[in-house]
Amino acid sequence: MTLDLPLIWAGLLAFSVLVYVILDGFDLGIGILFPFVRTETARDQMMNSVAPVWDGNQTWLVLGGGGLFAVFPLAYAVIMPALYAPITVMLLALIFRGVAFEYRWKTRRGKFLWDGSFAGGSILATFAQGIALGALVQGIPVANRAYAGGWWDWLTPFSVLTGAALVVGYALLGATWLIYKTEGELQRAAYRFAWIAGGGTLALIGIVSLWTPFLNANYMARWFGWPQVLYVIPVPLLVALCALALYRGLSAKRQLMPFLASLGLFILSFVGLVISFFPYIVPSSVTIWSAAAPDDSLSFTLVGAAVLLPLILLYTIHAYWVFRGKVGATGGYR
Amino acid sequence: MESLDALLLARVQFAFTLSAHIIFPAFSIGLASYLAVLNGLWLLSGRGVFLNLFDYWKKIFAVAFGMGVVSGVVMTYQFGTNWSVFSDRTGPVLGPLMAYEVLAAFFLEAGFLGIMLFGRERVGPKLHFFATLMVALGTLLSAFWILAANSWMHTPAGYALNDAGQFIVTNWWAVIFNPSFPYRLVHMVLASYLTTAFVVGAVGAHHLLKGRAVRQDNSADRTMFSMAMWMATAVAPLQILAGDLHGLNTLEHQPAKIAAMEGHFETRAGAPLILFGIPNASEERIGYAISVPKLGSLILTHDPNGVVRGLKEWPKHERPPVGIVFWSFRIMMAIGFAMLGIGAWSLFLRYQRRLYDSPWMHRAAVLMGPSGFAALLAGWFTTEIGRQPYTVYGLMTTAESVSAIDAAAVGASLATFIVVYFAIFGAGTFYILRLMRRPPEPAEPGLPADEPIQAAGLMPGPVLSRAKRGAAT
Repeated sequence: MTLDLPLIWAGLLAFSVLVYVILDGFDLGIGILFPFVRTETARDQMMNSVAPVWDGNQTWLVLGGGGLFAVFPLAYAVIMPALYAPITVMLLALIFRGVAFEYRWKTRRGKFLWDGSFAGGSILATFAQGIALGALVQGIPVANRAYAGGWWDWLTPFSVLTGAALVVGYALLGATWLIYKTEGELQRAAYRFAWIAGGGTLALIGIVSLWTPFLNANYMARWFGWPQVLYVIPVPLLVALCALALYRGLSAKRQLMPFLASLGLFILSFVGLVISFFPYIVPSSVTIWSAAAPDDSLSFTLVGAAVLLPLILLYTIHAYWVFRGKVGATGGYR
Repeated sequence: MESLDALLLARVQFAFTLSAHIIFPAFSIGLASYLAVLNGLWLLSGRGVFLNLFDYWKKIFAVAFGMGVVSGVVMTYQFGTNWSVFSDRTGPVLGPLMAYEVLAAFFLEAGFLGIMLFGRERVGPKLHFFATLMVALGTLLSAFWILAANSWMHTPAGYALNDAGQFIVTNWWAVIFNPSFPYRLVHMVLASYLTTAFVVGAVGAHHLLKGRAVRQDNSADRTMFSMAMWMATAVAPLQILAGDLHGLNTLEHQPAKIAAMEGHFETRAGAPLILFGIPNASEERIGYAISVPKLGSLILTHDPNGVVRGLKEWPKHERPPVGIVFWSFRIMMAIGFAMLGIGAWSLFLRYQRRLYDSPWMHRAAVLMGPSGFAALLAGWFTTEIGRQPYTVYGLMTTAESVSAIDAAAVGASLATFIVVYFAIFGAGTFYILRLMRRPPEPAEPGLPADEPIQAAGLMPGPVLSRAKRGAAT
């Protein structure tokens, strides 16, 4: 029996990207909400709520990028030039917000600068990620194993919409995370943010979902063709369920439910994307199998990943367990 | 012409982002090992001064490590954006090596860094020492994988080509332990150690100079200065030897690079060693050369009349740019011998028992503080520009490797990278220098537990939470 290594790796990479999106999503969301919170103690509290975990969260992005190069070099070689500008902007923005975590505490005079760099970096990085996603969804032309489009192809009304949708969506994750991790004045503000961002996220998920099938006949067939529709119908139904849970959670002032419901929305949106993409890794140009490196390279890398990924996951879960509970105004590692 | 400009800009961008990145890991590799040594010496001797130094340098390590992580994220994506053809064709070989580097770094960050930085009181000194060793090992493991990938590009082995034009692996062992890898690994690790030693020595010397009249107990200053000078005495000659061996390996596999480094245009027996001169690539000669007869052949072939190949053996389009390589090699050599001199001088003063009372020695050590970084960059410039015009030596040229990119796009992103890096890493360097300006105290405080720090990674968790809870009760 031979293993379908490209498929296994596609699953692993998809998992890494999903973990990245939901984990870094809420800490980027904290940065997006930063400008709407004025008091210094509340800002300290917001940052402290993610300080111990954000770096680990972001490392999944490195795993995603490094993994793509290692196992799907052709996809890596096509996607990166196609998304040149959004990727570059995202990387630079991530630098600004990343160092803010550390530098902000090292200065009193310059604190406002690092506050700005944290908020601006978070918003810009998220918007760039959303644009990159939109550009990937609308498809990337390939000729002779290389990107065959123009330099501004990534910038379309659709990609701007997905960019905005991701900013609002991460803000929802951030707000519901704050509900879970804080109390008092900041938590009350977080409920308000969550109502607005929640409504916005659902509206934008709706618009993007309705627009996507019209981009590409494959998507249309996948979502509206008979009998495939029977297989995919649970996705929108579960989205509706999560929306209901979010509504109930926020109305009843529950602590954890809004966050879990928001995570559910993200996971389902991601599943929706996987359904649309499969079997392509670059829609509709390169499939998983044509992008994959030879099996020999895949199995060599799989050995390391099979040992280390579970360990890393365990660490991650352990770290979150340790930092459970409410965060105070001081004490990044309470 | 336009594609040529885009190619040059992409090369400058890669050189810039990589140069900015490499200085932090190089410092981290050396400092992680230094911290492990300090920790071990403390456990062995029980002398508090080693513990104070450990707590002093770990704060600096934390900031430097954080900047290495931040600048490293960019590198993961740079291959794809600017060098997509290269990525596609070499991905099956280099991708897995880099994936292992990422996994090793991730594992290190996740596993032991938090304990090393915050956990001594909680996990006990033995386990804490183990974590420190693991961090040092992790930095070396990262270097192992990344240098395996880099060395393969210089001396490719264990590969075949498939129908799509991709390099595929026939033998992983041959890929990883390719001919230049052992030399490059040793040379780079020693370079990291020397770089760190000279930084530590400069900080020690600075406080010895400043604290001469005021401070009662300067044992920590003395200890770090002395340790750094021992490193200079012992490792600088080793590094020169390792560099020589690496050079002979390069002569075997990349003779054109050696010709450019030495400034030899003509193939001849009994070639001189050119100490200085002005390379003139268009007229194919070295102007104003000051040289030692026959020494070039003696060094390279171990025979004063040995034949050394010159650049004219290769057509012009297969030669590396001689000017930069010629000079960067000399800068590296000059710094290497200056380090050797400092080591010898310190040994002499030590023998005279005047090591801590010699202001001129201390001033020289302060001056030499950043020299390791300069030598490191000069060395990388030598080897990377010297292998032009190839990315995969002899098989794939740099011009073939580049993405079909627009000069304007690369130029704009390059300009942004430069501005951002100077702002961000300038600020980081400023914070590091501020930490160094303060001398180590007899009871050196640890890291403030209420400030987030990037290098804490995933795992400050168990340690800190218990520390806090313990403090609360």
